[in-house]
Amino acid sequence: MTSVAVADSLSTRRTGSLAKTMDEVRALVWRNLSHIPRMPERLADVTVMPVMFVILFGYVFGSAIVIPGMEMSPESSAAYREFLIGGIFVQSVVFMCITTAVGVVNDMKEGVIDRFRSLPISRVSVLLGRAIASLVEGSLGIFVMAICGLIVGWGAHNGFGNAVAAFALLAGIAFAMICIGIFVGQLVKNPMSAQAIGFTLIFPLTFASNAFVPTDNMPGPLKVFSEWNPVSAMVQAVRELFGNLPPGTPVPDAWPLQNPVLATVIWIVVFAVIGMTLAVRKYARGRDQ
Amino acid sequence: MRANSHSGSGSELAVEAIDLRRSFGETKAADGISLTIPRGMVFGLLGPNGAGKTTTVRILTTLLRPDSGVARVAGFDVTEEPDEVRRRIGLVGQYASVDEIISGRQNLILIGRLYGMTSSQAKRRADELLERFDLLEPGKKAVKTYSGGMRRRLDLAASLVVSPSILFLDEPTTGLDPNGRAATWDVISTMTKGGTTVLLTTQYLEEADRFAEKIAVIDHGRVVAEGSPAELKARLGRSTLVVHLGGGLTEGAATAAVTRFAASAPQRRGDELVVSIDDLAGTAELIKALGAAGATLDQIHIAKASMDDVFFELTGRDRMPEGKAA
Ligand SMILES: Nc1ncnc2c1ncn2[C@@H]1O[C@H](COP(=O)(O)OP(=O)(O)O)[C@@H](O)[C@H]1O
Ligand SMILES: [Mg+2]
Repeated sequence: MTSVAVADSLSTRRTGSLAKTMDEVRALVWRNLSHIPRMPERLADVTVMPVMFVILFGYVFGSAIVIPGMEMSPESSAAYREFLIGGIFVQSVVFMCITTAVGVVNDMKEGVIDRFRSLPISRVSVLLGRAIASLVEGSLGIFVMAICGLIVGWGAHNGFGNAVAAFALLAGIAFAMICIGIFVGQLVKNPMSAQAIGFTLIFPLTFASNAFVPTDNMPGPLKVFSEWNPVSAMVQAVRELFGNLPPGTPVPDAWPLQNPVLATVIWIVVFAVIGMTLAVRKYARGRDQ
Repeated sequence: MRANSHSGSGSELAVEAIDLRRSFGETKAADGISLTIPRGMVFGLLGPNGAGKTTTVRILTTLLRPDSGVARVAGFDVTEEPDEVRRRIGLVGQYASVDEIISGRQNLILIGRLYGMTSSQAKRRADELLERFDLLEPGKKAVKTYSGGMRRRLDLAASLVVSPSILFLDEPTTGLDPNGRAATWDVISTMTKGGTTVLLTTQYLEEADRFAEKIAVIDHGRVVAEGSPAELKARLGRSTLVVHLGGGLTEGAATAAVTRFAASAPQRRGDELVVSIDDLAGTAELIKALGAAGATLDQIHIAKASMDDVFFELTGRDRMPEGKAA
């Protein structure tokens, strides 16, 4: 009885209509989030890892790193941690690309995607459902990071509005990276290669940037690369909005670092549009094409 | 709307495929497959591993685009109007297509929600199906803890969340142990009794023979024979006449008698002589000659063709070893 009634109502609801797509996305977000209680270790990437980086850089390497314009002292170590947190914020959202790709590879492997593809649902629903669920996980990671930052002495010193803007920017970066991750996840055959591709691309991008150390003392070509590296603009934007740079800190003379918020917004749009377009196209074509 | 949107529900053919082709690199997985399945029929697609069954099913269920050829399912073109097709089909793929991490019940609810049911409708439907497929208890547990047979039943349930008008079952029992297979067969027989059109693929002759009203045998991406199980057996599987040697019947006399009337050379199998026979008249002559050579009636018997013989004749391959997962 139920099934007949539903089959009837189905024919009146067009696949692809906004209301139906929203319903589908909601169901799929729910599905993805239902995975968390059953495998909480999946959250380790977004929670434990950033904390480890804070300890590693803030206390291990950080004890030997001095930011420009300061002498080595306990104050300079505290200032470095203040500097560092913005970098790790960005690093951890950029890494969402990898966690998402791994999640997508696992989905594709499971065959459950074949089920979704054979249902009368919009093509973007499955991808949007994944993106939004990943974004929720990423937000949890940002929250954990913020707490961790507050514990080690980091803070937002530029007013409530700018702090909100910084978090919004981080969420935007996470979303763009998730879009890329959804595409990459469909390209590769197993989680290991998703991880390998991710790390070989993302590690250099985060390390050859201002995330952990200022770019000023890098050798010529690396310095130029770092200044134009999207990660640097993102980190700079977050640091400025949170007010984590000591007043008068010199800003390298490169457009993205001089205009970091605008540059970051541009990067977000570029990555999100490219990632989403490729991801949707790949998904629409199917696994075997 | 298009004129054919209505022919969709009125059409007498549930599936109509014309010359479907699809290659993967050098492999011609589908090499000109044509099928017609009338509404309400249980149709068997029988073929050895690698014959192109899954490829055909994936094309018909809109998961794979053909390189060429046309397919209409429920009256709608699978490449032009995939969404209309998807509304009307249920698919049980060769490999479990459920979410392993969440529970069986959560899987069924998710599918209901994706079909546009409200949360409470979806829950009600999920519970009905869990009960019907004997999964109420395991329904609460994560699917990855399920046995192969339970997973298959969940997969079958998942394809019935809304009653499909055409159900595709791709090798539903491949890789199951005998218990799982028996349980799955029970489920399939209730499913096939409801008047739903079913396309069932299998490597097992027994399975095709058991469920299908009509069978297409495929091999190397081509349909090599088509008909009802009885027709195929009559047309292709030669019946055999078996002569038990001994008593007053020597091998020499029997061979001489048989060679004169049989269509093909007799074969020795232990202390039996096996001859394939084509028609009744020839068989009568044969029996008469054997009688003259000294055979008694209880030394002669006729074995009807089995699907195994048909399969062997068509594909030159023996039946697949039991339980060999693809
Ligand atoms: N995605 C694919 N990539 C490459 N080859 C494939 C793919 N899918 C199927 N094939 C090949 O096509 C042939 C038919 O496969 P399939 O349709 O799965 O056969 P069956 O389901 O009858 O066992 C096989 O030789 C198989 O290896
Ligand atoms: Mg197959």
